[in-house]
Amino acid sequence: MSVHVSHKEPLLRIAKRASIPAWKAWLIRILSVVLALLLSGAFIYAITGLNPVEVYKAMAQGAFGSERRSWVTIRDAMMLLCIGIGLAPAFKMRFWNIGAEGQILVGGCATAGFMIYFGGKLPTPVLLLLMAAVSLIAGAVWGIVPAIFKARWGTNETLFTLMMNYVAIQITSYCVALWENPVGSNTVGVINQKTKAGWFPELFGQDYGLNVLIVAVLTVGMFLYLRYTKQGYEIAVVGESENTARYAGIKLSKVFIRTMAISGAICGLAGFIAVAGASHTISTSTAGGRGFTAIIVAWLAKFNTFVMVLISFLLVFLQKGAVQIATQFKLNDFASEVITGIILFCIIGSEFFIQYRLIFRGRKEAGKA
Amino acid sequence: MKKKLISLLLAGAMVFALAACGGTQGGTAQTPAGGSDSPAPATDTPAASGDVKVGAIMLHDENSGYDMAHIEGITTACEELGLDVASQLVIKYNIPEDESCYDAAVDLAEEGCDIIFSDSYGHQTYMQQAAEEYEDIIFVSCTGDLAAASGLANFKNIFPYTYESRYVSGVVAGMKLKELMDAGQVTDPYVGYVGAYPYAEVVSGYTAFFLGIRSIVPEAHMDVQYTNSWYDLTKEGEAANALMSKGCVIIGQHADSTGAPSAVQKALDSGKVAYSVGYNVDMLSVAPTAALTSAQNVWSVLYKATLEKFINGEEIPADYACGYAEGAQTISALGESCAEGTQDKVDEVWAGLKDGSLNIFDTANFTVGGETLSSYTDSYGMNGAETITDGVFHESVIRSAPYFDLRIDGITELNNA
Repeated sequence: MSVHVSHKEPLLRIAKRASIPAWKAWLIRILSVVLALLLSGAFIYAITGLNPVEVYKAMAQGAFGSERRSWVTIRDAMMLLCIGIGLAPAFKMRFWNIGAEGQILVGGCATAGFMIYFGGKLPTPVLLLLMAAVSLIAGAVWGIVPAIFKARWGTNETLFTLMMNYVAIQITSYCVALWENPVGSNTVGVINQKTKAGWFPELFGQDYGLNVLIVAVLTVGMFLYLRYTKQGYEIAVVGESENTARYAGIKLSKVFIRTMAISGAICGLAGFIAVAGASHTISTSTAGGRGFTAIIVAWLAKFNTFVMVLISFLLVFLQKGAVQIATQFKLNDFASEVITGIILFCIIGSEFFIQYRLIFRGRKEAGKA
Repeated sequence: MKKKLISLLLAGAMVFALAACGGTQGGTAQTPAGGSDSPAPATDTPAASGDVKVGAIMLHDENSGYDMAHIEGITTACEELGLDVASQLVIKYNIPEDESCYDAAVDLAEEGCDIIFSDSYGHQTYMQQAAEEYEDIIFVSCTGDLAAASGLANFKNIFPYTYESRYVSGVVAGMKLKELMDAGQVTDPYVGYVGAYPYAEVVSGYTAFFLGIRSIVPEAHMDVQYTNSWYDLTKEGEAANALMSKGCVIIGQHADSTGAPSAVQKALDSGKVAYSVGYNVDMLSVAPTAALTSAQNVWSVLYKATLEKFINGEEIPADYACGYAEGAQTISALGESCAEGTQDKVDEVWAGLKDGSLNIFDTANFTVGGETLSSYTDSYGMNGAETITDGVFHESVIRSAPYFDLRIDGITELNNA
């Protein structure tokens, strides 16, 4: 036996990329989408024998087939984006705010309460401002509580924010029972159906104009806040390393609490938009899982709010298209969820190939990392 | 590296979360034919059935017994009226009871539907919202109760006399209970009922069921356990188990899953004496020996009657309700455990309902707080209308949706806060 230890090279190695030009990163992302479309096309054909191109066309029809559909898509994308914007500062700080769902619900409950009790008693602009204010406060409180516990006693924020969701769901159930119409039916129904008191007014001739305006302001505002303010810089430092932040004299507890107040408040505001600007009702499904979906939005965009716009639209597009093909081709909803799953998997997977590269055996490591 | 891995895992988990949540989102969908994209002008008044386009909004899809009954109902009605189901009927599935219902209704309207149905109570206010905007299109909210009160000429409600099939299924249960007592297997005629929500639709149903039982076993008494959900396998099963552990031997239900019958079958197999009466769908597949029968609505009758009037250009009443006499009520095939002579008794009761000799809510049949009622004007949402005349509570006459919300003696609601 030879004593010489030969360095056997594995067939495949993974190495971290030092850097990657922007065009190459985008090429990888685009390729991943193409691959996703091919894969789901193969899936559609294998399972149903339908022409995948027709199915994709139908999905586009479902999301943008008419002016009304386009506006519904825009409305839902704005909602998702708003929550994503709320989550961005928390996640950038590596504070795992899984509690957006609850923050939306308490914001929504506060909004619905004011709509029911003050609808018709106050002029609509005043009422809208009031509802926005209480939803911000309610969401902020829901965000601050886990932050205080983390700052003072080092509790785990992932579990804490998650548990706060269940408290919020119970509060919502209670409110629904309190306001249900008719009694015992467990639905609140459309609030102020006749008077439309507290509903978003038309803006630029569009029902959902105000939704877009609010979220557009938030998008720009959060972008500037994270990139150009001292507080935004503190968030970035805390996210990179808590010890560095401490060394630099940043007071961690203060940053935690302040950032979670902002995060919770924006999610609470999303509840306000959902109730006053879209559904005009409150139920335990008002958040509808969007508090979780928005995490993908924030994370995939690496907290760049403008990229988040694109991702929100992609997700909502997939969702609308999904329901569309259910009716058009009598495909069960689940079929379209598989497609959504494949596409997201490929996009998330593409980030891996942007961060790392594969080196096959025998290939020279060009440009040693 | 570790952080990256965690974030990747997290992102992966979120994909699942998204996929899991996607199902409840609902949203918009389009024509089954996928053909013409040019919507017919909404103002078209259809001259013949050839021009009519029918839209329908379903809360779930064919996996739910309740929605299946509606999907079959509207499809059958369209077929019987000679409509081409592929091009003249558009069904949107899995539309939750929120703004998605409004979106769906408006979308159907813009696609050129002339008459649009929704199948769930919670869709109602969104249908009304759409009806206000599209005055030339008829919106029908099945099981809703606001049409007449809304004052809208194009907003309608339909509801079958569900209390009739409930009563008959109660008679089937009563026959079984009597057989068990005669055989000495049961001494206490204790009945349990798994209810969804504590309001008139459910109260009317369980009262009719109970009165059906009591027409055979006068000393029967009943407990109602609410689940606060229309469809929850686990909760309905647990409610049935709780009732059986209290001593109930018959379990009725007004909830849409097979949770209760399955639980009863399990108890029966383990040697307990317990039988189940279902709702919407035949429960024999999940409870072959425990299921006696299920109360069923035949929705196609109501859909057809409404569509027929629409096609003929006749006025559609704000409220339409009908029952066994019109073929809108039935019970599913009797299970093998049913008592002898049940079929004959059932036929007799149906005949009595048809010729009007049998009034289910005859005030002689029940008391409230020990008293026999001669007047009742406090039904919720009825604006003080008198519901009792000539010694009978007239259910679904003033309005199609049930309004019998009296809590009669002999029935205890266990968890109505």
